[in-house]
Amino acid sequence: MEYVVIAYLFLSILLYVVLGGADFGAGIIELFTSARNKNRTRDTLYRAIGPIWEANHMWLIITIVILFVAYPLIYAEMSVYLHIPLLVMLFGIIARGTAFVFRHYDAVKDDMQHLYNRIYFASSFITPLFLGIIAGSVISGHIDHAATSFADVYIFSWLNWFSIGVGLFVVALCGFLASVYLIGETDNPEDRRRFINKARHMNIAAVASGVYVFITAWIDGIPLVNWIFGTTIGLIAVIAASISLVVLWILIYSGNAIIIRMLAGFQVTMILLALGYAHFPDFIVITNGTNLTLMDHRATMQTINALGWALLIGTIFIIPALFYLYYKFKHKEYPHE
Amino acid sequence: MDDFLAARSQMALSLGFHIIYACIGMVMPFFMAIAHYKWFRTNNIVYRNITRAWSKGVAIFFATGAVSGTVLSFELGLLWPGFMKHAGPIFGMPFSLEGTAFFIEAIALGFFLYGWDKLNKWFHWFTGIVVGVSGLASGILVVSANAWMNSPAGFDYVNGEYINIDPIQAMFNDAWFSQALHMTLAAFAATGFAVAGVHALMILRKKNEVFHTKAFRIAIVFGAIAALLQPVSGDISAKDVTQRQPAKLAAMEALYKTEKAAPLIIGGIPDEETQTVNYKIELPGMLSFLAHGDFTHEVTGLDRIPKENHPPVAITHFAFQIMVGIGSFLVLLALLYFISLKKRSWYDRKWFLKLFVMAIPLGFIAVEAGWVVTEVGRQPWIIYNVMRTADAVTPMPGIAYSFYMFTAIYLSLTAVVIFLLRRQIQMVPVLYDRNDSTNPPAH
Ligand code: HDD
Ligand code: HEM
Ligand code: HEM
Repeated sequence: MEYVVIAYLFLSILLYVVLGGADFGAGIIELFTSARNKNRTRDTLYRAIGPIWEANHMWLIITIVILFVAYPLIYAEMSVYLHIPLLVMLFGIIARGTAFVFRHYDAVKDDMQHLYNRIYFASSFITPLFLGIIAGSVISGHIDHAATSFADVYIFSWLNWFSIGVGLFVVALCGFLASVYLIGETDNPEDRRRFINKARHMNIAAVASGVYVFITAWIDGIPLVNWIFGTTIGLIAVIAASISLVVLWILIYSGNAIIIRMLAGFQVTMILLALGYAHFPDFIVITNGTNLTLMDHRATMQTINALGWALLIGTIFIIPALFYLYYKFKHKEYPHE
Repeated sequence: MDDFLAARSQMALSLGFHIIYACIGMVMPFFMAIAHYKWFRTNNIVYRNITRAWSKGVAIFFATGAVSGTVLSFELGLLWPGFMKHAGPIFGMPFSLEGTAFFIEAIALGFFLYGWDKLNKWFHWFTGIVVGVSGLASGILVVSANAWMNSPAGFDYVNGEYINIDPIQAMFNDAWFSQALHMTLAAFAATGFAVAGVHALMILRKKNEVFHTKAFRIAIVFGAIAALLQPVSGDISAKDVTQRQPAKLAAMEALYKTEKAAPLIIGGIPDEETQTVNYKIELPGMLSFLAHGDFTHEVTGLDRIPKENHPPVAITHFAFQIMVGIGSFLVLLALLYFISLKKRSWYDRKWFLKLFVMAIPLGFIAVEAGWVVTEVGRQPWIIYNVMRTADAVTPMPGIAYSFYMFTAIYLSLTAVVIFLLRRQIQMVPVLYDRNDSTNPPAH
C-alpha cells in the first residue's frame, strides 16, 4: 500500500502538471497573442478547456490531500518554510479560476471583459511560475532549520536563482503543452500555423530556461546533472524525451492531433520521471542533510492503508467518467455552438 | 493585530466565505433537476429557461466555491501546521473520500453545463443529479472531519503521542451524524429561502411573473421543509453538545452557574466581570428540559470548568441566539407558505411576498452564526481536550498582512459575484421573454 500511495502522489503531480499545465499555458498563449487574433484564440481556448478545467484542477487537490494525510510532516514543513510562495500561488489560483468563469458568464459583455482578461493573463503566468518555484525550493536544499531571521527562514528558503529558473521552465512548459494541445482543436489552417509557431517559441523558451536551470544548479552546488544523468533510468528517460521531441516536430505538420499531444505529454512525464526517480525517496531536501523522505516521514500504516483503498476505489468511479468527459468534449463533433 | 488572532480570523473568514458557496453548490443542482424534470414532463419552455438561468448562476458560484475550497486545503497547513502534523493522518479519511466526491462533481458539472443539446436528454438530467449528490456527499464528509475536532475519536493520546490510529473510527465519531444532519438541512433551508426570496422580489416588481412564480415555488418547497425539520435536528445537536462539550453548551446559554432546573435564557448581554447576564428573559426549567429531557436535571455551568478552558461566552451566546431566532422565524414562514397553498389569494398580496424577500439573507446568516457557535464554542481547543489552538498556529510572523489581503480579495470577489448575478437577473427578460424555442443558447 505504501507504494500505491506514492504512485498516486506522483501520478497526481504529473497529471496536474500536464493537464493543469495546459490550462495555464492557454492563458499564457493568449497573453502572447497579437490583439488581432485574440478573439479567435479565445474562442478556441474556451471551447477546449471550458468543460474540463474544473476536473483538471482537481489533481492539485488530490496531491494536497495525499500529502497531508499520508505525509503530514512534509506538508507541515512546506507550509511553514514555503508559506509565502504557496500564498502567492493561491492568490493566482483564486484569480485565475474566477476570472475565467466570470468573463464567460457575465451576461453583458462590456469593459469588464478587459479587467477579467488582464487578471486571467497575469494569474495564468504567476501560478505556474510559483508552482515551479515551490518545486525548485523543495529539492534545492535552501530550507534551513538552523536559520533564525525572518528573511532566512521565510524568504531565502525559496527566493534563489535556481528556484526562479525552475519556475520559468514550468511556465514555458505550460505554454508548450497548451500550444501543442490547441493545434488539434482547430481546423482552420491559419490558426493551426499560429499555434505551431507558438509551440516553437515555447519550446525554445523551455530549452533556454532549462539550460539556465542547469547553470544555476551548478553554481549553487545542486547535483542536478547527477540526478538526471547519473542513473540509468534517468538517462533513458532523458533520451526518450529528446527522441520524442524530434518525432513531435516531424509530425507536427502532418496533423494527427492525438499523437502529437501524447508525445508532448510523454516528454513531461519523462522529465518528471527522471527527476523523481533520482530524487526518491527524498521529498524535501534540507540544508543540513536531514532530508524528509517519503519512506521515513509517512503516517502510520493504518492511515496509509485506508488512504490507499480510498484512492483505488475512487479511481474505479473516476476514470471511466473522466475518459467519457474528455472523449465527449474533445471530439470536434460539435465544432460550433 | 497579533498573529494568533490574525490566523484565527483568516481561517474564520475563509470558511465563512466558502460555506456560502458550498451550500449553494450542494443544493441548487436539486432545484435545477426539478425544473429540468418539469420541462420534460410538461414541455413548458419556461421550465427549461429556469433551469438554464439557474445553471448560469451555479457556474459562477461553483468556480468561486472550488477556488475557495482549494484555498482552505492549503490554509489548514499554512495556518495550523502544528495541528495538521498530528491530525492529518487521523481525520484525513473523509478528505480522501471527499477527493473522489469532488472529482465526480466536477466531471458531472462539465457534462451538465456544456452538455445542452449534445447529450441524451435523460443522461444530461442525470448528470445534474450527480452534481447534487456528490456535492452533498462531500459536504457531509468535511463536516465529519470537523465533528472529529469536536469529539476526537480513533486514536489514543499518550504522553503527547498519538497512537493506535484508526481513521475509520475517527470518521464515524460521536458528533458526525448530528452535525452532518443539521448542516445538510441548513444548506437546504438557507439556499431555498434565499432563492425563493430573490424570485419573490422579482414578482413584486412585476418582472416576468410566470417565470419567477414557477421558480419561487420550486425553491420554497425545499426551503420550507428543511426549515420545519431544523429545530428537531437542532435539538438533537444540543443534546449531543450537552454530553460531549459541556463548556460549549454553557457558553451558548451563558450559564455561569451550575443549576438544577436551569432556565433557558433568551436575549441578554453576558457580563464577564460579574459572571451574570443582564437584560435577559428566563424560561424556568426549560434549559434542563432541552438539554436533558427533564425539567429538574442539573446543567453544568461555567463555574465547573477551569477558567483557562472557557470559550468566549458573549460571542457564542449571541451567535446561538441569532441562529435560533432566525430558525424560529423561518419555521413561521414555512408554515405561512403551506397555509398559502390553501389560500391562493395570498400570492398577490404584497405583505406575503415581502416577508420572503426579507428572508433572503437570513438563512445564510443563521449558517454563519451556527458555525460560530460550533467553532468559537470549541475554543480554546482545536482538538477538543487534546490540543490547544494556540499550540497549533504557524510560527510565521506577519499573518495579519495575509489576513488583510484575503479580506480584500474575498470582499472584491463577493462584490463581483453580486454584480454578475444582478446582471444575470436583469438579462432574464431579454434572454427568456420570447417564450419560444428560438432562445439563444445558454453559453
Ligand atoms: C439555516 C441555518 C440554521 C438554523 C435555522 C438553525 N441552525 Fe443550528 N447550526 C447551523 C445552522 C442552523 C449550522 C451552520 O449548520 C451548524 C454549525 C455546525 C453544524 O453542524 O451546524 C449549527 C450548529 C448548531 C449547534 C452546535 C452543534 C455542535 O457544535 O456540534 C446547535 C446546538 C444547534 N445548531 C442548534 C440549533 C437549534 C436548536 C435551532 C433551532 C431552530 C437551530 N440550530 C437552527
Ligand atoms: C476545512 C474545511 C474545508 C475544506 C478543506 C474544503 C475543501 C474544498 C475543496 C478543495 C473544494 C474544491 C472542489 C472542487 O473543485 O469542486 C471544495 C468545494 C466544496 N466544498 Fe469545501 N471544504 C471545507 C469546508 C466545507 C464545508 C464545511 C462544506 C459543507 C458543509 C463544504 C462543501 C463543499 C462543496 C459542496 C464544494 C463544491 C463546490 C461547489 O459546489 O460550489 N466544504 N471544498
Ligand atoms: C464551513 C463552515 C465552517 C465555518 C463557517 C467555520 C468557522 C470557523 C470559525 C469562526 C473559526 C474561528 C474560531 C476562533 O478561533 O474563535 C474556525 C476555526 C477553525 N475551523 Fe472551522 N468552520 C467551518 C468548518 C470547518 C471544517 C469543516 C473544518 C475542518 C475540517 C474546520 C477547521 C477549523 C480549524 C482548523 C480552525 C482553526 C482553529 C480554531 O480556531 O480552533 N472548520 N472555524
